[in-house]
Amino acid sequence: MRLLSTMGLGLLLALLLRVPAHAQDSLLAELSSQLLDSASRAPVLATFKGTRIINGHSVETPGGGTLVFLISHRFGTLNSGAYNFFGLDQASIRLGLEYGLSDHLTAGVGRSSLDKTYDGFLKYRALRQSTGPRAMPVSVTLFGSSALTSLRYFDGLDHTLPRRLTYTVQALVARKISAGLSVQVVPTLVHRNLVDTRRQHNDVYALGVAGRQKLSKRTALMLEYYYRLPTSEDPGTRNALAAGFDIETGGHVFQLHVTNSQGMIEKHFLTQTSGNFFDGDIYFGFNVARNFTLKPRL
Amino acid sequence: MRYFTGFLLLALLLAYRPGTAQPTRYQTRAGTVSFFSASPLEDIEARSQQLAAVLDTRTGQLAFSVPIRSFQFKRSLMQEHFNENYLESEKYPKATFSGRLLDWKPETLAAAGAVPVVAEGDLTMHGVTRHLKVPGTLTPLTGQLLLNASFSVAPAEYNIDIPALVRDHIAKSVLVTVRLPCTPVAVATSASQP
Repeated sequence: MRLLSTMGLGLLLALLLRVPAHAQDSLLAELSSQLLDSASRAPVLATFKGTRIINGHSVETPGGGTLVFLISHRFGTLNSGAYNFFGLDQASIRLGLEYGLSDHLTAGVGRSSLDKTYDGFLKYRALRQSTGPRAMPVSVTLFGSSALTSLRYFDGLDHTLPRRLTYTVQALVARKISAGLSVQVVPTLVHRNLVDTRRQHNDVYALGVAGRQKLSKRTALMLEYYYRLPTSEDPGTRNALAAGFDIETGGHVFQLHVTNSQGMIEKHFLTQTSGNFFDGDIYFGFNVARNFTLKPRL
Repeated sequence: MRYFTGFLLLALLLAYRPGTAQPTRYQTRAGTVSFFSASPLEDIEARSQQLAAVLDTRTGQLAFSVPIRSFQFKRSLMQEHFNENYLESEKYPKATFSGRLLDWKPETLAAAGAVPVVAEGDLTMHGVTRHLKVPGTLTPLTGQLLLNASFSVAPAEYNIDIPALVRDHIAKSVLVTVRLPCTPVAVATSASQP
């Protein structure tokens, strides 16, 4: 009995005289455990560096209040010989602007030299991959665009405005698997109001696959392939393949790549790619993106 | 009898809470921490309003924690780079401070107006812990304790690698400002009623 009381008293004393040797850390631990209870979902950042993989879009959008000026450029084919300086004599270019209306919605316009084409698009971040409780496994961005060819035709057909239009809808689905590796699949439909021959379908169905592997904090390897369903293949055209290298510096993203497609919008690279990559019909090109913050977020 | 004594002791143990008469814990979930990097080329500013802190007014101990991801920048790209390349928030999700107010006297709570205080402790971020001594002020307000401090942090000391290309854009020493409006917390009262 006495022993028990002494022990109890000792315990009590020890409790009373508790020297706060580890109290600092315990205070932080207490704070941390409290915060853990209220831990919320956090969206995954930077699945890709830019708004483009190479030719096609990525799930990324600029973010609200940010304007991106995007210069995309493809030289001629590497196998066009020394006379054409291995393609560097020729150039196909797209100048584009895209603006983040909000963190979710982006609107963009562009002008491609190929077929003198104007394009406009809307991009909406529907789902965002996240971490934490009830995490979302993938990011999904919905994309819709239309392209207008302003080329002058002399083929006798009246190229009215509807006949000059092409539409694209895509669901971009991506997952950042690790800090370095991201993958994306892109079910795509391109609808052409006018096709050249009776044999061609107005609708082209395709599935894009793309990946990014970071090499360092600011550089990455990119790969992109758009597979068209067999029913959607036009004679003389091929699936678009591209491989590239991304470099990020401050407010710029530089993308250098090789591709068998000369065009840089969906309509072009999905329906008008004629080059055989493995025969040397390779266009060397680059995308340069410059971000401008029009509406500071702070 | 034995059981009774045991029970009594247990009850005493459970009932024992130092200073339940007055709250000894002040805390906040919505403190503000901002930092400012001034360089000839560019001023960079970011702010988080998710700074959580606890102050024990009995001992003067202080801890705070802020999620790196909660920092908002003017430019979204900067915010992305801050998380992805500089602070690596996926690997090191938060910055913490654990320390105490030097020469702390609980009577300070009765002071009218701002009282200068010095906090000493460990600041951990980007996986690096460093011992700091930070001067600040403590202002007892009605039902609140306002703790303000600002101090300098050198990114290099926390292994934050800044590439040569942007070295001139980021200050060698970044000014951090902390504002903690702490409110009293009733210490777990359920235990005092066995």
